Amino acid sequence: MSALETNTMTNEPILKVEHLSMRFGGLMAINDLSFEARRGDITALIGPNGAGKTTVFNCVTGFYKPTMGMISMTQRSGKKFLLERMPDFEITRDAKVARTFQNIRMFSGLTVLENLLVAQHNMLMRASGFTILGLLGFSGYRRATEQSIEIAKYWLEKADLLSRADDPAGDLPYGAQRRLEIARAMCTGPEFLCLDEPAAGLNPRESLALNELLRSIRQDTGTSILLIEHDMSVVMEISDHVIVLEYGQKISDGTPEEVKNDPRVIAAYLGVEDEEVEEVIEEIEEIQETEGGQGGKH
Amino acid sequence: MATTTYSKESAGGSLTARALREGFFAGLVAFGLFILFVGLETTQNIRNELVLNQRWGLLAIFVAVAAAGRFLGVLYVQPWLAARKTAKAAVADKDVPETFLARNFSKLAILALVLMPPVAVALFGVQGSLKWVDNFGIQILIYVMLAWGLNIVVGLAGLLDLGYVAFYAVGAYSYALLSQHFGFSFWILLPLAGILAAFWGMILGFPVLRLKGDYLAIVTLAFGEIIRLVLINWTEVTKGTFGISGIPKASVFGIWSFDVGAANNFAKVFELPMSSAYYKIFLFYVILALALLTAYVTIRLRRMPIGRAWEALREDEIACRSLGINTVTTKLTAFATGAMFGGFAGSFFAVRQGFVSPESFVFLESAIILAIVVLGGMGSLVGIAVAATVMVGGTELLREMTFLKAIFGPDFTPELYRMLIFGLAMVVVMVWKPRGFVGSREPTAFLHERKAVSGSFTKEGHG
Repeated sequence: MSALETNTMTNEPILKVEHLSMRFGGLMAINDLSFEARRGDITALIGPNGAGKTTVFNCVTGFYKPTMGMISMTQRSGKKFLLERMPDFEITRDAKVARTFQNIRMFSGLTVLENLLVAQHNMLMRASGFTILGLLGFSGYRRATEQSIEIAKYWLEKADLLSRADDPAGDLPYGAQRRLEIARAMCTGPEFLCLDEPAAGLNPRESLALNELLRSIRQDTGTSILLIEHDMSVVMEISDHVIVLEYGQKISDGTPEEVKNDPRVIAAYLGVEDEEVEEVIEEIEEIQETEGGQGGKH
Repeated sequence: MATTTYSKESAGGSLTARALREGFFAGLVAFGLFILFVGLETTQNIRNELVLNQRWGLLAIFVAVAAAGRFLGVLYVQPWLAARKTAKAAVADKDVPETFLARNFSKLAILALVLMPPVAVALFGVQGSLKWVDNFGIQILIYVMLAWGLNIVVGLAGLLDLGYVAFYAVGAYSYALLSQHFGFSFWILLPLAGILAAFWGMILGFPVLRLKGDYLAIVTLAFGEIIRLVLINWTEVTKGTFGISGIPKASVFGIWSFDVGAANNFAKVFELPMSSAYYKIFLFYVILALALLTAYVTIRLRRMPIGRAWEALREDEIACRSLGINTVTTKLTAFATGAMFGGFAGSFFAVRQGFVSPESFVFLESAIILAIVVLGGMGSLVGIAVAATVMVGGTELLREMTFLKAIFGPDFTPELYRMLIFGLAMVVVMVWKPRGFVGSREPTAFLHERKAVSGSFTKEGHG
């Protein structure tokens, strides 16, 4: 698998979350969470409903300001950004972190193509001399427009939406809107892409096409991906690294196989019988001890 | 509903019978409704006694109108509407080729406007043209320009602004005060008034950035009132409710003047008879140029990233932020650009009237401008121009309808019914076309073909 090769080549973390906590009044939505996403990886964030996955996302993309903790993003150029200190639009513009939403947020009255052009706002804004040169008809803006349409075309083709480029985005079926939202996020030129439940509401065939799209994004652009997902077929199929949350805390972290067999994950997802509780607790304690021992050795 | 059971085979006898029956019932209902309201009237006679008047004739007219109306409606109007609906559905399947008129509507409209003053002069003489050029032409074009300016804020960026007239006032007073105190000419103060209004647009923009929807509307409404109250109460500068009079006239770029005494007076230079009509015709072309500038800039801006960002902001603000768009500056530029055109229109208003007072900038003006934008279809330049023509021109036209005096008696003044008809027209248009005259949206870029986006997809914005 080529994914493995890229892993070994670029193994340093792109996103580092350290001691992240988010409190809403009396509710601790995230409690002292630390994890890393490595460059070129597809990292999945899973967990039962209400575990705080979307809250983590909103903290990473600046839509929430975390109560505590540090989120640092390292770009390919080596430039480092502390995301918890930046307003949301700067995180996309400067730190190159793009995101999608759990409930799709389309510009439904704009056409599909226009949606992708809006995503290239900052590039076009610079090219048009912050509107003034563009308004006076300088050729630089015309060239930039042509280029932006080429970029949009590239992503439309990837998302299999080229034939519907001139239709209003609100007119697309659900699955196509999901793909369009990913294409739109990619048009911002991100290094790190955060997808909030990209497979929610997709049928198995669309879900398969989504896997293809995500793999090709990673392969062709080297964009690292962090995704929240409930659909285990997607998670287990494409992710290199899985993080499991429950009640705002990390309960497991590793490759899909490791996580799949982790008793704490099974307990969190399936629940356990009353008589098994003790057993599971013991087992968990055992694991924690061994992990603690390992941690000491490092 | 009984009307839906209508079919063509049973047309004829049964339809007439049904129409008669429904007409009879409508008459009955009308009789019951109106017998006490219309049929009987109480008045006081000279000895202060209550007298019951019986008006059976009037009641009979009411009942007859209701019965006949229902009868004709069932017999003729309903089948006609049904037939038209099926005909329309049949046509909708085929591609209707655009007519020449529809394709070149805006070009033809501009040409007609450019030719209007000479035609009016030729038809009605120099003095006679005044009414058409000034009362209709300039008046409508001012509203077209204001509505196009507000369209940037409300129609494109989706920020509901109920205090737009404040910027109009800023523009008008900038011109009035600066020209009187410093003697600057119209052509210097026109851009300056625009810049000052844009500056005030930013000042309004900052505090309201965090507000949405109803809250934004209320604060902008308050802003409009604050500006008006300042104009009334800051008497040392604005002369309060007396207003500022004797505002200098504009000149043709300083070459020809319209001041009566001046050596380079337009009429003198061309050896024409003295008339104020030349000045009005000149002003007509000035406001036409200003309005077209507004339209041109709006069209250009929509294809710029900032214009697309405005429309995206109207559709979904959170998605905008997730795409790296600075929504603060985007909103501020929308406010400032809209306000700038309001300022241009304001300084033009001052130069046209020669007099400004706070009375010209009441909330009703804001409401009318907003109504024009909504009626025309938010975001559509053509629709807004049509709405302004219908609304402003229509109410002006009421003044002309002196023949109504023959019907309603010599005391009848049609102007008094202006706002009533304005409101009625709005209700009718909103029922008939809830998205305004032009509800669809032209995309700003396309790959294969340009398809208008139906109004059902676009959003109105959340403030």
